[in-house]
Amino acid sequence: MSVSEIFVELQGFLAAEQDIREASPLPPGPLPLPLPLSGWAAPPGPPPSLGLGRRGRLRGFHEHWRFVLQRLVFLAAFVVYLETETLVTREAVTEILGIEPDREKGFHLDVEDYLSGVLILASELSRLSVNSVTAGDYARPLHISTFINELDSGFRLLNLKNDSLRKRYDGLKYDVKKVEEVVYDLSIRGFNKETAAACVEK
Amino acid sequence: MLFQQELDARHDKYERLVKLSRDITVESKRTIFLLHRITSAPDMEEILTESEIKLDGVRQKILQVAQELSGEDMHQFHRAITTGLQEYVEAVSFQHFIKTRSLISMDEINKQLIFTTEDSGKENKTPSSDAQDKQFGTWRLKVTPVDYLLGVADLTGELMRMCINSVGNGDIDTPFEVSQFLRQVYDGFSFIGNTGPYEVSKKLYTLKQSLAKVENACYALKVRGSEIPKHMLADVFSVKTEMIDQEEGIS
Repeated sequence: MSVSEIFVELQGFLAAEQDIREASPLPPGPLPLPLPLSGWAAPPGPPPSLGLGRRGRLRGFHEHWRFVLQRLVFLAAFVVYLETETLVTREAVTEILGIEPDREKGFHLDVEDYLSGVLILASELSRLSVNSVTAGDYARPLHISTFINELDSGFRLLNLKNDSLRKRYDGLKYDVKKVEEVVYDLSIRGFNKETAAACVEK
Repeated sequence: MLFQQELDARHDKYERLVKLSRDITVESKRTIFLLHRITSAPDMEEILTESEIKLDGVRQKILQVAQELSGEDMHQFHRAITTGLQEYVEAVSFQHFIKTRSLISMDEINKQLIFTTEDSGKENKTPSSDAQDKQFGTWRLKVTPVDYLLGVADLTGELMRMCINSVGNGDIDTPFEVSQFLRQVYDGFSFIGNTGPYEVSKKLYTLKQSLAKVENACYALKVRGSEIPKHMLADVFSVKTEMIDQEEGIS
């Protein structure tokens, strides 16, 4: 059996066990499978709406859904980045996820949750820059570097409280550093003339 | 008074199972250390054979567990043996990966935990077996999905170590094989998400770190591999690992 077949089968067992356990306030899995490395060559179609708005009555459970929600924001932002190399807006995310943008109308997307999702994106992009090089794509790290530096400048304009979002933001500088190191590694070895030229300009 | 006897018997059984579980844990850990000593093709065969002998020994202990548990409610005693079983899963899946570069399934593990004994006079501890059982008995233990998952999660840490050690040995294939495999396992755990109990979700964080270390090792190999003689790769890599650990410590 392949690894993924094994896990799909296990998921079935665990779901059956969970049904027997008491209904817990934790949001249920499974989370959508992240895109495998090979799948990035062909950009996927527009992300389907996930129809979360229907769960309006879960307003009270917002806290519990935070983790899942932030991860969904990340996934939406990731897909949009892979297709367009831009940052998805909060409004676009609410459309993709099928939820309301404002608190009054129902299950909504807080600015904090949106920003947390974006920071998760930054983390995954720094990982992607490393793996792109391993896979032989030497141009992508440079694009990621530009993007992640823009994110960093953007975040610096915010005045964050000392909460979980702030803590997550603190990790951003290490992501920026990692991507810069990748770009540096490539440029000094002449892997990519474009990269080298850009570094010289900086 | 009867209650006291029953309670005492149950406590005694629990204690016997805890002892067995500890033995299983220790011997499984030793098997893992042994397997880490593989550095090249020549000694691989020898070490694998030795590891199989050790694991057979562990399985004999598991047989004793199965015998203790026959006719009993598994849930009561599961906590006594879960650690040992997880460690066993870790050891046997590690050995399986080294041999086949694939993940052993729960079924394959459980198939090896079916025991038929012919002379069960010495091993059989159940007092109320009939004459036929004394000649020939079948016992089995099934590793639960949760124990399997927790064992596999711990396996990833060992694989990360194996990957890093292999770089130092000048092996440039293993790191990439481990990286690909770990990514599949990580994707699998992400897929399960919160469906399992809390212990499973907790492992995800460590798993992600192991994966990152392995990916960084492959990156270092790819970028610097051709310019550095193999015997120096280990030094280059250990510096990078230090940097990663420092960063992780701060964040």
